Amino acid sequence: MESAVKNYIRPLYITAALLFLVTLTGCSRRIMPAIDYAKSGPPSYGDTIIAASIGDATTLIPIVASDSASHDICGLVYNGLIKYDKDLNIVGELAASWDIEEEGRVIVFNLHKNVKWHDGVLFTAEDVKFTYERLIDPEVRTPYGGDFLKIESLEIIDPYTVKVTYKQPFSPALSSWGMWIIPKHILENEDLNKTEYGRSPIGTGPYKFLRWKSGQCIDLIANDEYFKGRPYIDRYVYRIIPDTATMFLELQVEALDTMALTPLQYRRQINSEFFKTRYNKFRYPSFGYAYLGYNLLDHKFKDKLVRQALNYAVCKESLINGVLMGLGRVCTGPFVPESWAYDKQLKPFGYNPRKAKEMLAEAGWSDTDGDGILDKDGEIFEFTILTNQGNDLRRRAAEIIQHQLGAIGIRVKIKVVEWSVFLTEFVNKKRFETVLMGWGLSRDPDCFDIWHSSKANEGEFNFISYKNSRVDSLLDEGRRIFNQEARAGIYHEIQRILYDEQPYMFLWIADSMPIVHKRFKSVYPAPAGIGYNFIKWYVPEDQQKY
Amino acid sequence: MKKYIIKRLISIIPMLLGISIISFGVIHLAPGSPVDSTTTLNPKVSFEAREKLIIQYGLDKPLHVQYLNWLRKLVTFDFGRSYSDGQKVINKIAVCIPITFLINILSISFMLLIAIPIGVTSAVKEGSFYDRFMTVFVFVGFAVPGFWLALMLMSFFGITLGWLPVQGITSLNFDNLSVCNKFFDIGKHLILPVFVSSIGSLAAMSRYMRSSMLEVLHKDYIKTARAKGLSESKVVYKHALKNAILPIITILGLSVPGLIGGSVIIESIFGIPGMGRLFFESVMGRDYPVIMAILVIGALLTLLGNILADISYSLADPRIRYEK
Repeated sequence: MESAVKNYIRPLYITAALLFLVTLTGCSRRIMPAIDYAKSGPPSYGDTIIAASIGDATTLIPIVASDSASHDICGLVYNGLIKYDKDLNIVGELAASWDIEEEGRVIVFNLHKNVKWHDGVLFTAEDVKFTYERLIDPEVRTPYGGDFLKIESLEIIDPYTVKVTYKQPFSPALSSWGMWIIPKHILENEDLNKTEYGRSPIGTGPYKFLRWKSGQCIDLIANDEYFKGRPYIDRYVYRIIPDTATMFLELQVEALDTMALTPLQYRRQINSEFFKTRYNKFRYPSFGYAYLGYNLLDHKFKDKLVRQALNYAVCKESLINGVLMGLGRVCTGPFVPESWAYDKQLKPFGYNPRKAKEMLAEAGWSDTDGDGILDKDGEIFEFTILTNQGNDLRRRAAEIIQHQLGAIGIRVKIKVVEWSVFLTEFVNKKRFETVLMGWGLSRDPDCFDIWHSSKANEGEFNFISYKNSRVDSLLDEGRRIFNQEARAGIYHEIQRILYDEQPYMFLWIADSMPIVHKRFKSVYPAPAGIGYNFIKWYVPEDQQKY
Repeated sequence: MKKYIIKRLISIIPMLLGISIISFGVIHLAPGSPVDSTTTLNPKVSFEAREKLIIQYGLDKPLHVQYLNWLRKLVTFDFGRSYSDGQKVINKIAVCIPITFLINILSISFMLLIAIPIGVTSAVKEGSFYDRFMTVFVFVGFAVPGFWLALMLMSFFGITLGWLPVQGITSLNFDNLSVCNKFFDIGKHLILPVFVSSIGSLAAMSRYMRSSMLEVLHKDYIKTARAKGLSESKVVYKHALKNAILPIITILGLSVPGLIGGSVIIESIFGIPGMGRLFFESVMGRDYPVIMAILVIGALLTLLGNILADISYSLADPRIRYEK
């Protein structure tokens, strides 16, 4: 009997021993790579780049896709008529050039003539027209119809010339033609909501679709006949790894070539010799900002003086240090900070709690009953910051704001709600006092939907109910004018008005922190990030891995 | 018996109908809608576009109409298409089920392989140091958070030792491997997830086994067996074990629906495209057709599992008979 029991126990001891060993991780492993990746070399074709995403793509039909994973892939498989270059200027892509006529009401695109779809068929104006028709088709589940509904007519002048006439001059139109063009000859008779094409796309872009293993990876292969020249890197593998901690572990075995780092990883976890000899890290401002939005229908926040005082009372630098570990910058307006639309001269308020207190007193809020909390007409100054679940940065930022406002006598509560509930029950219905949120920024500065007073209905984006007639007319004007300098003046003024009026407390612009394996050369950060010249990235022959 | 089975099978239909009405009601009552996720506060997505999506999905219709539409399709085994990517729901589930099923079968077998011996030996040596050590051990396994254990194991076996892949279910060069190597490749990827998902349920099962074994060991017929002069191992492994294992079979029968339910945490950490992730993502995205399909399939399996357990009772225990 003894031996029988022993036989059962043996595997248990091993398991227990292993469990114990696991807690003792951190043994040494190879530090120096076999190849010196710091060396450069002449451009050469070949190799594979492995990227990762926390979510799987949904569909690779670009006019229907709305998630970032689908966009990452569509950006390599398709082209738009225009694109943004490294300094965020609009340049031609499928369009070789364009003319703006009738004071901006008409745009004529001259298309490249030598562009082929991945199946060999020539790209023509018919494809542009087809894409437009699908975008405005009420049967197609596209979220991007808005800008294209402003088109009065789209005519094909000849196979390589398209004339687009708008109902009114509409300058964001040019930017909207960055929309990826889909092939008419394949999709003509397909239902875009159901077609299997969404999982095996044909585009004109630098990479051809190879395969998609649901929830695992998407593989792309270089397009030899790309009209701007074949990309150097042969294959692009997009792996789906839902957990960021796991992703980082994959980086440590060099099973990933690039990922976006979190502030903690950037500051603390990649300073080892291992990372220094194998990876390059980058850092530049991202396209988005975080803000605390006041519900302007709430009587407490109607007074501009109060909002300005709150802005003085919150130290943005300490938010950035506390939440982003210093990897961000103070935000003063709703535009891409490196773009021409952002007024870099605008100075932030700075942190001045004493001044904040004085201004609040001026607005009638003072501590009359000595309980440490400001009051006015018998009402104490108390409000709730509402934010969404799943974004730890926002919750922590709310806690810092709570603390800092507490110091000047304002009682702040924090409520964290699941995203979908947050939107439908609170934001859309305007049932909030303040919200801590973020906006992603498009390359074009037009922000009509967020600030125009006509966009304050239930479910629309001006949910804070901001109304300013000057801003309204500037937003209208910004949409009519094509001249970049003139537009810059308009958006600078909008930014100054918004910063003075403080309908949002603009908090920060976080940095993007991608890391890329050192064997990839010709990776240079610019205002647009690092991906703008991806087809020029290469690995010298002696450093190629796959 | 046949009559009984048929009767039970027919009784599934109204039950399933009731379950589907309740689930449909509950998921639609939950705040939020499927258009929230596809339009995550992207200023490029206009208000009008969102309204259009609501009409396209038929979400503007009254709830009972939506339910009847859904039911009408279900009768022809059509679960509809996912809101998130337009794929057929049944295809999405078909992709996820095999891998989840495989992992669950493996981890249940692995768990039984360890839990039953622990339970039996603990019962035999009741109160000894070994018994107490095992109690602590299985409860530690139960208490350790799965995600932590997973990350530690990945870090140790994947990075420090480099023996096992960190995550995923296949290697990048999987398609170029021979059949035999493909088998080993998947096996290597499954070791950690299977281990982590079985360690948590070790405690419950080994405790069941232990108490059931203790009960049996105190029975008179065991005394009789001992009195007859049978060897101790024969008493324990032949007479006692056979009887003590009956309740375990019942519990296993009830875990049939669990076979297609994956763990969100394990699947997310190990990057496994299984049912847990599918369900979690569809709930977060309010992807109603997918949620409903998974719930209905789960309910069906639970009901079938119950019938199966009842039938196997009667097979394993001659005292139970379902006549009439």
